[in-house]
Amino acid sequence: MATETVVHTALTLTDQLPALQIVVPFVAAPLIVLLGGRRWAWPIAFAASLASLVIAALLLASVLDGSIISYHMGGWAPPVGIEYRVDAANAFVLLLVSAISTVVLPYARTSIAREVSERHHALFYTAYLLCFSGLMGVAITGDAFNVFVFLEISSLSTYVLIAQGAERDRRALTASYDYLIMGTIGATFFVIGIGFLYMATGTLNLADLADRIADKGDSRTIRAAFAFIVVGIGLKVAMYPVHRWLPNAYTYAPSAITAFLAATATKVAVYVLLRFVFSVFQPAFIFEVHTLEFIILPFALVAMFACSFVAVFQSDFKMMLAFSSVAQIGYILLGISFLNETGVTAAVIHLFNHGITKAALFMAVGAYVYSAGGSFYDTMQGLGRRMPLTSAAVVIAGLSLIGVPGTAGFISKWVLVQGALEKGWWPVAILIVGSSLLAVIYIWRVIEVLYLQPTPEDSRVREVPMSMLVPIWIMTLACIWFGLNTDMTMSAAQAAARGLLAGSAGMMGQ
Amino acid sequence: MLDALPTAFLFFLAALILPILPRGPLRSLLVLIVPVVAGLAVYALPMGNLVQAEFFGFTLDLMRVDPLSRVFALLFCIAAFLGGLFAWHLRDTVQQVAMLLYVGAAIGAVFAGDLVTLFFYWEGTAISSVFLIWARRSEASYFSGMRYLTIQIGSGVMLLAGIILHYSATGSIAFDAMTLDSPASWLIFIAFGIKAAFILLNNWMIDAYPSATVTGTVILSAFTTKLAIYALARGFAGTELLIYIGAATAVYPLIWAQLENDLRRVVAYALNLQQGFMFVGIGIGTELALNGAIAHAFVGVLYGMLLFMTLGAVMYRTGTSRATDLGGIYKTMPLTALFCLVGAASISAFPLFAGFVSKSLIISAAAKGSHYVVWGCLLLASAGGFLVCGLKVPFFAFFSKDGSLRPREAPGHMLLVMGLTAVLCVLAGTNPTALYALLPYDVSYQPYSTGHIITQLQLLLFSALAFALLLPTRLYPRPNPTVNLDFDWVYRRLLLGAIGLLAIPVRGFFRALDRFKAGPLKALIRTLYNTYGPMARTSQFWPTGAMVLWIAILLGVTLLVSYAS
Repeated sequence: MATETVVHTALTLTDQLPALQIVVPFVAAPLIVLLGGRRWAWPIAFAASLASLVIAALLLASVLDGSIISYHMGGWAPPVGIEYRVDAANAFVLLLVSAISTVVLPYARTSIAREVSERHHALFYTAYLLCFSGLMGVAITGDAFNVFVFLEISSLSTYVLIAQGAERDRRALTASYDYLIMGTIGATFFVIGIGFLYMATGTLNLADLADRIADKGDSRTIRAAFAFIVVGIGLKVAMYPVHRWLPNAYTYAPSAITAFLAATATKVAVYVLLRFVFSVFQPAFIFEVHTLEFIILPFALVAMFACSFVAVFQSDFKMMLAFSSVAQIGYILLGISFLNETGVTAAVIHLFNHGITKAALFMAVGAYVYSAGGSFYDTMQGLGRRMPLTSAAVVIAGLSLIGVPGTAGFISKWVLVQGALEKGWWPVAILIVGSSLLAVIYIWRVIEVLYLQPTPEDSRVREVPMSMLVPIWIMTLACIWFGLNTDMTMSAAQAAARGLLAGSAGMMGQ
Repeated sequence: MLDALPTAFLFFLAALILPILPRGPLRSLLVLIVPVVAGLAVYALPMGNLVQAEFFGFTLDLMRVDPLSRVFALLFCIAAFLGGLFAWHLRDTVQQVAMLLYVGAAIGAVFAGDLVTLFFYWEGTAISSVFLIWARRSEASYFSGMRYLTIQIGSGVMLLAGIILHYSATGSIAFDAMTLDSPASWLIFIAFGIKAAFILLNNWMIDAYPSATVTGTVILSAFTTKLAIYALARGFAGTELLIYIGAATAVYPLIWAQLENDLRRVVAYALNLQQGFMFVGIGIGTELALNGAIAHAFVGVLYGMLLFMTLGAVMYRTGTSRATDLGGIYKTMPLTALFCLVGAASISAFPLFAGFVSKSLIISAAAKGSHYVVWGCLLLASAGGFLVCGLKVPFFAFFSKDGSLRPREAPGHMLLVMGLTAVLCVLAGTNPTALYALLPYDVSYQPYSTGHIITQLQLLLFSALAFALLLPTRLYPRPNPTVNLDFDWVYRRLLLGAIGLLAIPVRGFFRALDRFKAGPLKALIRTLYNTYGPMARTSQFWPTGAMVLWIAILLGVTLLVSYAS
């Protein structure tokens, strides 16, 4: 394993990139409040997000060869000091989160203007940036407790953001409250798990943890820590059956927030799960193998079907997509439970591909809300003729969700099926294809509503403005681009999977 | 210059340009010119794997040019030209674009050197062609199109599954000859079989062809099934099973064609029957037989299109293709009637017409390989085919009792293209060496031996005699205005003997399918709705406590599993 660790010595700007990645959005957030103006809120948020995107791209480029960047916060060397640690796996997540954010923000400006009253805008973008920096922080940090802190930063601001949907539908408040309870329990479990780990090893640095667990081997404390962390993060991932907060939260949040969260929040949580399951704990531990095989795998399969069935019968486009998200998370967890390189590659690549697909779809939902005033199938009847561009994007992104060849969704399912076959798990491979057929049904229902039902005579619905269409189409074209040109995603996902599966060996050498 | 560009892309490019052009003749012209350019390009192509592309770690061969793929590509270009000319009057963007994409995908599939490319184009033909059915814009055609699409996509999914298995077993995606010895090759075989309309997998063909638009049917008849013939010839030449499937496929549609009232469906049955001949040829797998199958596919496209064109022209003028509504219109549509007779003579394999020179190749090959039962089936199918299509279609459409219909002669461009196709049919029949020269294998064969001609004429004349005798005595089933599937089956046995027995399990199967749809399937959907529908527990708001309970359960189970291991 090429694990060349670059310790920062020279203090050029390039060396400070890992810190800037977090500091830029984190400082920009209070800046919005300090400047106080609604006028500056959006430009600052966008600039911060764009800067993060550039930094993330630079970081990914420098770790794609399998090397690792270790940044010591404040010059304190780990394991005592806090370490930021960038490798292919989390650079990939950083890029995904910042890219989605940068595309969604221009869309949010128009969409939020209609969905959230103006006096909340400055605070809205502040919360947005906090959520964004929290998610980025979770991905970049190399310290277990720091993960918890950033997770809480992003969660707390997420509750606020979801509750902003209350102006359109009061149920946003219950949804946000439920998520608050669930998220807090999840975070508590997570921090209990970390407590156990600290008890067993006396360290909080992830790399150090991994080494010490590898040295000491299996113990009851470590097993308990593992169970608590898996369930705690499982909540954040929206693993079946603790997924119930997700559909409501996604349905009642403002459209732009749903698009952003669906593409990023659960994905970051999946990253944390990957990090703990593969890097911190040993994939060789028998209790881990059993947990994955007897708990994660069956529940992933159940999620793929149960939630797809629910999605089939929904009458609200947004709710349908939310349930479909839980089903798709099933695919990701399934890939993880294979415990082989192909499976983990599939999980990582689906994390990305599903992120862009769902971002496109949820943004399209927002477009219908913007123009037609709702996302129920009743209100969307025949809008394929009134909103041709948005609807065409729904069709393409929908095909990607199904996994039609030539779209991004196909690539991840292909790799996933390969992973199942590598394991010799035939029935699982068939189930993957079978649940894709359910996706055909629920996407077809939308297409039927949009194109095959008559447009109401008195409908005055018009296509949404460019500021919304362009982000929708960037994501839609990305679905096709990453379906045809797989070099970048595949190589990054493979590098990430290899790094993750190398377990603690990926962290040594400092 | 055109070497570097896969031929299929020419069509896709044209499909992109077409909507930009102003509505009118310019678009029709584009639809006409592209096949000509493509055809000339294909004719001039050197052999070999010309274009490669990297995809997802695979090297895809987009242009495998060899004698087998070239003859099909040429055929498709000719068919596209004829179809385009027939559709000259069309002012429907959807149909024109779908047509170009469909032809492009079919040609792309023929040139595909590997299974992944084949799969892409395979699905491409399915998706693009369904618009030719939907373009009729009626409720019936919508549902018919849905059924067609479901079956075609089903074929694609099976193909994909087969490819994945094949790849994981062999590590190769090359599309070469296969043997039926693994689940992978069986899946691929059945996927091909669905598109090729094997017996019992053929319903989509009868269902979809007559549901398409007047022009759509003409186009549809030329590509999908012939693409499958190509795929079978490439992948499964010499597979013995195909011989028996072919014999059964050649005989089975006879019954149904006999009872059918819609003449376009009759032609669809007759074309299905011809597919059987091709399967036999491929199944025998000798060079002679393969040449026969390919030649038969070639002329099959010509006379299939010709028959659908003449019926299309009738429909264009009268709005119907039902035997009971037509009749006596040869007086006002004499040329169309003449062309229909040429098509009928060709499909019935009259000497001097196209079908004869190809069919006799296959029948000779069957006789040479000592497949006497199969040989008998093919003779029966020849005679029966003549009876149910060669005589029935022209007779009931143009002659028969004189109705009150006095339609005008078909429009000029239709007459032109029908004439052109008819001339091609006659040319292929009278000058077989030109046709044989196109075929991939070098086989010297003389169709016009005394023996062949006498056998064939005996067959045809006695069938004609039977038709002439049965018609006045009312033993020949007069077309019924309603399609009656419960037709007295004793009568059917009288006519076609043992074959009628086959209908029982088939009917039983479809009855069971209907019952399943009405009973268990409905119940299943109701159960699913009750479990997962909007009013069910799974999709309602959960009380917070219930969610927390689930967390506790999950944690408990996880702890248990990790402690117990």
